[in-house]
Amino acid sequence: MAPITIIGSGLAGYTVARELRKLDKDIPLRIISRDHGGFYSKPMLSNALAGNKSAEQLLMKSAAQMAAELNAEILSNTGINAIDRQAHQLHGSAGVLAYSKLVLALGADPFTPELAGDAADEVLSVNDLDDYRRFRAALAGKHNITILGAGLIGCEFANDLLGQNLQIQLVDLAESPLSRLLPPAAGAYLQQQLEKQGVTFHLGSTTQHVQRHGNGYRLTLHNGVQFDTDLVLSAIGLRPRVTLAQQAGLAVQRGISVNRQLQTSDADIYALGDCAEVTGYLLPFVMPIMQAARALAATLAGNTTDVRYPAMPVAVKTPACPTTICPPPAGSIGQWQIEIQENGLKALCVDDTGKPLGFALMGSANAEKQLLATQMPAWLV
Amino acid sequence: MRKWLCVVCGFIYDEAAGMPSEGIAPGTRWEDVPASWACPECGVSKADFEMVQI
Ligand SMILES: Cc1cc2nc3c(=O)[nH]c(=O)nc-3n(C[C@H](O)[C@H](O)[C@H](O)COP(=O)(O)OP(=O)(O)OC[C@H]3O[C@@H](n4cnc5c(N)ncnc54)[C@H](O)[C@@H]3O)c2cc1C
Ligand SMILES: [Zn+2]
Repeated sequence: MAPITIIGSGLAGYTVARELRKLDKDIPLRIISRDHGGFYSKPMLSNALAGNKSAEQLLMKSAAQMAAELNAEILSNTGINAIDRQAHQLHGSAGVLAYSKLVLALGADPFTPELAGDAADEVLSVNDLDDYRRFRAALAGKHNITILGAGLIGCEFANDLLGQNLQIQLVDLAESPLSRLLPPAAGAYLQQQLEKQGVTFHLGSTTQHVQRHGNGYRLTLHNGVQFDTDLVLSAIGLRPRVTLAQQAGLAVQRGISVNRQLQTSDADIYALGDCAEVTGYLLPFVMPIMQAARALAATLAGNTTDVRYPAMPVAVKTPACPTTICPPPAGSIGQWQIEIQENGLKALCVDDTGKPLGFALMGSANAEKQLLATQMPAWLV
Repeated sequence: MRKWLCVVCGFIYDEAAGMPSEGIAPGTRWEDVPASWACPECGVSKADFEMVQI
């Protein structure tokens, strides 16, 4: 029988495999990845510089170790470029491969900022271990770095770079950092804490030009502000990898569309992780991936299971201002109540009956994390 | 006393040491760590830890 086949060796792909093996030790399993196929923790990429960790140190297990542990065939450095749904076959750099059931765990690509200037294509981004290796090498001898995007990943990198003896600029179109997750007052608090440690913010504008200048670059923002920097890192967001699915005729919206069984519009093809849109939810975070992987493993083992999303707080790895965010469920309407504490800030989102919907906790307010988390409504019951 | 490994990031919870910074006293057995507790390094839930023999 053709193996259950997973494309992608990131957290999504490997967690499905690990969970499936808890339920079925023998069913043939193949994992295909165009990268090295080793297991690493992607969240660690934005707090590894402070610990002076190399890419090699971040690799937790090689593809060979994973193959042995999971009793699976792992094809690394193998790209897939077409799915023949009728024949249940994949086409790619390893020729034609048959599958019984297919799991797409393809991840997402960093958005490329729209930039003019002769150095626009020298802007870096860090979305996998190989990117991190390049980024760390590029940092050597630099004194000044600019990060485009003050979202979760941009703020984490800014904080992580603080220990590297660098001048750090953070540029974002919004008026406060983490604007998609935090009310402005909470964003402003995070901004203050990062500023105290030396980060410079350029808010309310985006970058227009990146020109080569001396050994580095000259940046021009849309609001006319100009400054020089040695290195530019973009962290303006992710775009789910949908091309493979799209070309195979699968339903795609922002991500690859799946139902609560993580099933695409083809009954034998599933998707999860950063590439997938689960009944309208695009949640590129670890916790939703763990939930999805567990449900999908059960389904693949023969016990059809719906994914459940409890409230899933995200920890923002900014030691300058420890932050936990539990966003209100999509589509809910609420008001943020802000409580400033001596060494922190608590933001609680409540509906018009006073029922809590979500929260953001900073500094000392994190003490309430455990308790509050249990009071939040589930996102997908 | 046992140790538990976060399968996502490699963080180890050591029952002997507990996690005083998170309000978990030294000697707290895994069973007694609250279910809502999350990995301090990567944020995954208690259910995503596995026991490791050391
Ligand atoms: C710097 C950073 C910090 C983060 N921090 C946090 C955090 O603190 N908390 C949190 O919850 N989330 C965090 N996230 C998000 C989280 O890490 C991701 O949601 C998660 O790792 C995505 O896993 P994935 O398996 O879906 O995708 P990926 O890990 O990107 O895996 C995709 C896989 O698909 C393979 N692939 C793609 N296309 C093909 C093809 N055509 N053929 C063959 N193989 C293919 C790739 O080789 C790769 O193995 C962070 C993300 C980043 C970038
Ligand atoms: Zn962890």
